[in-house]
Amino acid sequence: MTLRRLGIYSAVVVISAWVALPLVLITLAAFSPREILYAWPRRIWPERFTLDTMLFFVRSAGVLQSVVNSLIVAVLTIVLAFLISAPTGYALARYRFRGRDAVQLAILATKMFPATVLSIPLAVAFIKWGLYDRLIGVAIVHATLSIPFVTVIVSSVFVGISYELEEAAMTLGSSRLQAFLRVTMPMALPGLAAAAIFTFVLSWNEVFAATILTLNNRTLPALIINSVVAAGAPLHYRFAGGFFMVLPALIIILLIRRYLLTLWGVTVR
Amino acid sequence: MVVADAELPQVAPRGRVDWTPYLLVLPTLAFLGVFFVYPMAQAIWLSLTDQQSGALSLTNFRRMGGDLYFIPAIRYSILIMAIAVPLQVALGLVIALLVNSRFRGHSAFLYLTAIPIGISDLAAGLIWLSIFTERGYLNAFLDAAGLAAQPITFLTYEHTSWLIGAIVVTEVWRATAIVMLILLSGLQLIAKDYHDTASIFGAGRWQTLRHVTLPLLRPSLQTALIIRTILAFQLFATVVALAGRQIPVLAGEAYFWYSLYRSPNVASAYAALILVLSAAITFGYLRLLRQRELEMTA
Repeated sequence: MTLRRLGIYSAVVVISAWVALPLVLITLAAFSPREILYAWPRRIWPERFTLDTMLFFVRSAGVLQSVVNSLIVAVLTIVLAFLISAPTGYALARYRFRGRDAVQLAILATKMFPATVLSIPLAVAFIKWGLYDRLIGVAIVHATLSIPFVTVIVSSVFVGISYELEEAAMTLGSSRLQAFLRVTMPMALPGLAAAAIFTFVLSWNEVFAATILTLNNRTLPALIINSVVAAGAPLHYRFAGGFFMVLPALIIILLIRRYLLTLWGVTVR
Repeated sequence: MVVADAELPQVAPRGRVDWTPYLLVLPTLAFLGVFFVYPMAQAIWLSLTDQQSGALSLTNFRRMGGDLYFIPAIRYSILIMAIAVPLQVALGLVIALLVNSRFRGHSAFLYLTAIPIGISDLAAGLIWLSIFTERGYLNAFLDAAGLAAQPITFLTYEHTSWLIGAIVVTEVWRATAIVMLILLSGLQLIAKDYHDTASIFGAGRWQTLRHVTLPLLRPSLQTALIIRTILAFQLFATVVALAGRQIPVLAGEAYFWYSLYRSPNVASAYAALILVLSAAITFGYLRLLRQRELEMTA
């Protein structure tokens, strides 16, 4: 029994180090003075920490604007994704109807298909439709990518809330809509917030579609990849950029940890 | 079916169709139609038409196939996938089993190992760049251990296998979390009775794992394999961050043809190729796994 425990804990320590060490190292790099990053012998632990590397990144041309763009796209994506997929999630949880399985399959297919690659033909269409190089265009693609995730979380949230409560409210004289808004919604909010947060991460991180669909109005990942490919950005810019992009992930995964299994799992409970 | 009937509230009176669920589903289907099905058809259409004349032709595929980067792109995409995906599944399974053993501190461990799902392929590439670059942390560790007096250049076209190794390490680090979450939710669906029965019949831990847990976990393993394989064809930013174009991959070539050579048609040919490959692989997996199932029951 103790041998088994020892085995489990040593595996846990090794795997934890494997996941955590790169995160620690990029944090060190982002707060190390620039000279250290290029010096040999290379110190692992800098003798002093500095904000210079991060400030250099944030003050580089276009970075602040692209952060703002990324935030706008993420918010638009959340709004669009909810308008489009929350009703479906609710319908899948609350109604039994012909074609329900087909709808579920169609939604699952978007998760399975290499959807980002579709941004190339979409770019051609977006030029025609006047959506090219506009933040709303990027948000539309990100919303498409997030449909399967939002649908599945929303549906699992409503499956978890008993319909009888809504019925009880209706017997007490409220309409179906009132019952939904006053009884079900307040209970559903935390789960819906988790779905929104995950959508935010998805949009914040997405590189390929954002790069293809923008030219001047870059999101942060699109700006970084462009400055790496086309402009050969210096290493300290790249490290600071990497750290800056990771930062929200750490907080956000903590916020949605209860729903982690719902996002990727086939079913819950 | 009886259970499903009981679970879901009956809204419509018998004999009449309630249109509410269809109305609720409509926006999603319409949106997917315009922004998912249409571009898919458009990708195939663009790849089959000439950019100047707009006439049907195979020019784009000829240009794609004739390009120096084409064969390497296919080779490297498949190679990276073939090495990274099994590693992701193996490591993901180990982590999921560890979490599922519910040792003290398992929820903190789950949170930590799940962090990479919030990290983009680009950020992951940049993080590992800080390790593998010439004056990076790997050389710093080697130096501190007295193993390298001079920094070793890991990321160079002279050592293709090292470049590929760096990409595989980064992909395993980043994407194992997704596999782990799929497998963990699969594990939690397996009723405890199975394990109880197995131990009553005297099965040890390994025997239970091999003959009870893994077979029951098959649907989740299948989903994880398919999702990871398909996503492997979209591999792009990790490679660009670590190797630039020294290791060409399919999605990367689509990007370069679109933004560097300004040819959406050849880029679409790559997109169409990725679509076909993904569909073929999904189909292949499903066939293979179903055949095994038949053999097992026969």
